[in-house]
Amino acid sequence: MNDDVAVLGVGMHPWGKWGRPFVGYGVAAAKAALADAGVPWSDIDFVVGGETVRNGYAGYVAGSTMARALGWNGARVATCYAACASGSAAIEAARTRILAGLSDLALVVGADTTPKGFLAPNAGERWDDPDWLRFRLIGATNPTYFGLYARRRMDLYGAGPADFAMVKVKNARHGLHNPNARYRKEVAAEDVMASPVVADPLRLLDICATSDGSAAVVLASMDAARRLSSDPVRIRAVSTVTPRFPNTALDMPDIATDSAASVPAPAQGFRASIAAAAYEEAGLGPEDLSLAEVYDLSTALELDWCEDIGLCSPGEAEKLLHEGVTSLGGRVPVNPSGGLACFGEAVPAQAIAQVCEVTWQLRGAAGPRQVEGARVGLTINQGLFGHGSCVILAK
Amino acid sequence: MPAAVPVIEGWFTVDEPPALLGGRCPACGTYQFPPTGTWCPNPGCDSDQMATVPLSRTGRVWSYTDAQYQPPAPYVSPSDPYRPFAIAAVSLEKEQIVILGQVADGFGVGDLHVGAPVELVVEPLERDGEQTKLVWRWRPISGAGDHEGEAR
Ligand SMILES: [Zn+2]
Repeated sequence: MNDDVAVLGVGMHPWGKWGRPFVGYGVAAAKAALADAGVPWSDIDFVVGGETVRNGYAGYVAGSTMARALGWNGARVATCYAACASGSAAIEAARTRILAGLSDLALVVGADTTPKGFLAPNAGERWDDPDWLRFRLIGATNPTYFGLYARRRMDLYGAGPADFAMVKVKNARHGLHNPNARYRKEVAAEDVMASPVVADPLRLLDICATSDGSAAVVLASMDAARRLSSDPVRIRAVSTVTPRFPNTALDMPDIATDSAASVPAPAQGFRASIAAAAYEEAGLGPEDLSLAEVYDLSTALELDWCEDIGLCSPGEAEKLLHEGVTSLGGRVPVNPSGGLACFGEAVPAQAIAQVCEVTWQLRGAAGPRQVEGARVGLTINQGLFGHGSCVILAK
Repeated sequence: MPAAVPVIEGWFTVDEPPALLGGRCPACGTYQFPPTGTWCPNPGCDSDQMATVPLSRTGRVWSYTDAQYQPPAPYVSPSDPYRPFAIAAVSLEKEQIVILGQVADGFGVGDLHVGAPVELVVEPLERDGEQTKLVWRWRPISGAGDHEGEAR
């Protein structure tokens, strides 16, 4: 297909809490992706960075920070910020330049160093910044929103803490042998349910940690790819859609939704619309998926995503989970990498890391966590303030 | 200097009975909270005016949770040691909008369920020297009907 771009190389720095500058993690991932692609840095004609807002100016200009760290090579440069969706925005910038015929070989890098504890706004008083105001006026942290979504599953669908705990058990098992994962340990459901409540009904082990980490991909035009690889994994679609008015589900970090008083809410909620746009662009549907990497900021949120990407109807994700459909060995494993449950959150790297995992899976190179016969994979997440993020890859 | 003032200007009234203040488009009827926009958020409406109006004082719980750990700054804890509090997102029928707020003092997640009726109150958020800063909160209405009109 003309609209494909190739994923020639992928790479990561192992995720953890190392406390070192983000640049080093990014360089490590970039070098790994370049080596994986068999492409020298000097041949890269476009470099895109996922911005980090917690690491000073170097983070605001992450693209050029990486280019400089790798040694200026004259490549064109861009930096993308879309909160948790920054990585896919960066991938989309590279993909569209390649599809426009303006670039042949692009490097996309995201790296972050995160503070301990809750992600909080940067210091200072900002009475017109909604993200600052939700902390100041309400004390609404990120887990507050995860708690709201989880509670709706309980009150509307009859889900319970044991269901949420099972997601953690599954993902911990998936990540056991992932060399890039931060947590590689089996977790029992009892451990989850005995951990302290953070945001009712969610407990500490239901909620992902914040991590240092990085991920990088080398993207190529299909022409360039054919010279370098016999059968590369292809990106079939990237969805970076925004919501449609009125967005009636309370999205992090908003204090209120849109009003549906004059215009009825769209039939499809924002999260589902992110995947729908990608399916449409790829000419594929949920039935085509071999696996999915979804944004499990919390255990319960993974269940929401399973429904939003069309694996089942609303309210049925717990059933899918308990039947083993979303476990390795099941029909469509969800988060075979171990997900955020095993990695933690490193904002600008997240969406790129998801693409790395799907690429390894489609190459058949995922080792003990390999999804047998994987042919099509989907990644999905959502960034603060209306950033959709979904990538569909195929062999 | 008044002894108690809203923590933020223009978002809610404090006289009994208190109300949140929203924007309302005179052309299409779309509401907005907080009332910060001077144009209509409905993409199908060209209006560049929003009237400030009091919003419904009662609504139904869209969802709820609590904060068992002290949120980071700029949150200011009114007590030392920290005391957990509940948070609710509440759906207003007429305005067709969901608004987040803390749950009134003395109520926790055990007093709530999706669809439960709540009303708006104004309570102290924190004490800043001699002055009390007020914030809007949602208080469960006991004994009223529940679960009606709630769908995803
Ligand atoms: Zn209007």
